[in-house]
Amino acid sequence: MIEVNAIYVLVAREFKKFIREKSRLISTIARPLIWLFLVGGGMSRLVSPGMGLMGGVTYIQFIFPGILGMTILFSAIFSSISIIWDKEFGLMKEILVAPVSRFSIVLGKALSGTIVSVIQAVIILCLFPLLGLKLGVLAIIETIIICTLLSFCIASLGIVIATFYESFESFSVIMNFIVMPMFFLSGAMYPVKMLPDILKVLTRLNPFTYGIDALKHAIFRDGGVFDFSIVTDIGVLLVTSIVFVLIAGTMFERKK
Amino acid sequence: MGAKYSYLPPFLLNSYMSIIKVENLVKKFGNLTAVNDISFEVEEGTIFGFLGPNGAGKTTTINILCTLLAPTSGRASIFGFDCTKQSSEVRKAIGIVFQDMTLDKDLTAYENLVFHAYLYDVKKSEREPRIKDALNFVDLYDRRNDLVKKFSGGMKRRLEVARGLIHRPKVLFLDEPTLGLDPQTRANLWDFIVDLPRKHKVTIFMTTHYMEEAEVCSKIAIIDNGKIIIVGTPDELKKTIGGDVIYIKTSDNKRAKLEIEKLFQVNVFEQDSELFLTSLKGDACIPEIIRALGDSVLSVRLQRPTLNDVFLKMTGKEIRVEEVSSGDTIKEEVRSYRRKFDRG
Ligand SMILES: Nc1ncnc2c1ncn2[C@@H]1O[C@H](COP(=O)(O)OP(=O)(O)OP(=O)(O)O)[C@@H](O)[C@H]1O
Ligand SMILES: [Mg+2]
Repeated sequence: MIEVNAIYVLVAREFKKFIREKSRLISTIARPLIWLFLVGGGMSRLVSPGMGLMGGVTYIQFIFPGILGMTILFSAIFSSISIIWDKEFGLMKEILVAPVSRFSIVLGKALSGTIVSVIQAVIILCLFPLLGLKLGVLAIIETIIICTLLSFCIASLGIVIATFYESFESFSVIMNFIVMPMFFLSGAMYPVKMLPDILKVLTRLNPFTYGIDALKHAIFRDGGVFDFSIVTDIGVLLVTSIVFVLIAGTMFERKK
Repeated sequence: MGAKYSYLPPFLLNSYMSIIKVENLVKKFGNLTAVNDISFEVEEGTIFGFLGPNGAGKTTTINILCTLLAPTSGRASIFGFDCTKQSSEVRKAIGIVFQDMTLDKDLTAYENLVFHAYLYDVKKSEREPRIKDALNFVDLYDRRNDLVKKFSGGMKRRLEVARGLIHRPKVLFLDEPTLGLDPQTRANLWDFIVDLPRKHKVTIFMTTHYMEEAEVCSKIAIIDNGKIIIVGTPDELKKTIGGDVIYIKTSDNKRAKLEIEKLFQVNVFEQDSELFLTSLKGDACIPEIIRALGDSVLSVRLQRPTLNDVFLKMTGKEIRVEEVSSGDTIKEEVRSYRRKFDRG
């Protein structure tokens, strides 16, 4: 059962709060900018395009899809684990006693995280001319579609994580042991091929890797080095999204 | 007396329907038994009060009734719908004001109510008027566009009550609705809580540990350590104490004592040159006493047993010691609201 009104209002609430909280917007956009220009700028001196690993693009261009992914990863996870916040400050109870299926609640929350993340990713995407990238209309549209898919996938993963925690103290645990490893084991900052074998296995288990790879497909077109085909990437994102939503829905349904 | 707060016409009062049914309900958290085999029924259109000290199991019972917790054993149903198995029907029929605040502080009062209206799928044409009504009802219409974080405790509480009514529930749960409010605000909040059954055709299930608040309930269940100790109307509960005490001063106590003993066939005692007797219907005795004794009566006063006396007798402890001293003003305020209510 899907209650459209309930899903709509969950998304609308998140959107309204997002618009209202200027500091959250600024900080989520500042982080990728810092990484892009400070880390990317610094590393460019060490990594030359001639190395072949990156398919002839500069390092700062190479990490651009990764930085888009980072924007999404942080904002989608943050949006979803606000459920923990809601549990601690009670609004979750108001939502749970409403005659709304748990599945709709999960969808509403996942879409909330999606819309907020896509907005931020699009803002970062607008920087592409500064990095010397040339993107056509088709490339931009494809990038935005992939951003949406990836946002939904990460947001639903965030809900699954949130169902395990009761209090907000777990925030730093989630950041250090889930979000940071997901980011570094994804090919966002360096080609997966460079990693030792054991880490390579981990990157393959990380759904975020496939999102980054798909973004590389959309942005570099034929001029990049990819780890998987675009079909594999999209397939993995779709399947994991569905799995996460189902797990989250089941977890929500369980009563203590 | 509790029947006054029903919205049903008097001729229907005897054919009340039970809207909440709880049978042998048990809830264990590990080896702690929070609710220990309780049973009760709540009749439609009444105010049912759950009275008990901290940790008695009040909130746990509410959480089971409102489908947030599954009982360990036993049954609870609302309108015939099982609270565990038919949770979505139950959810549609109920509204709740939780013990802890559950508003979104970063939204305005108005937005919080809109959020609720959408969650409960209130018809589009009904949304605006209901929200406006609700805001007016709790006197927050002028503050509708303020963020909830700027509200005082009392305003938040009122907004929560208003929110709980937006979808026109059949049963409204109020978990310690006045906890932490100053006496003035508490009395104000009471003013409209007692009005709810009539104005909104809603049955109220509330918990409290304020004796004064329990007084206005149609029925009270006293709960302690997860067990219901006694259920009844406030008057019935007080009768378990043995009735009212009447104190009389006369110009001739000896003669008066004999007269009254002859009149009511009870023992009359004397203490500090004042006569006293207990009676189940104290107020009705007073005119008879005055008629019998005539001009020799100097003063008569009646002391009613309080729910506190009942609680003390049933559990052997005060419900919450620190409340007793500060209770007087509230008692007075609640009374004045009841008087107002009785007139209206
Ligand atoms: N989720 C839980 N896990 C473990 N124990 C719990 C849980 N919820 C309540 N309890 C315990 O169950 C007992 C009853 O708690 P409950 O909240 O129902 O009391 P209450 O009557 O509402 O008290 P108060 O007046 O303080 O609100 C308490 O001993 C409490 O510690
Ligand atoms: Mg409680």
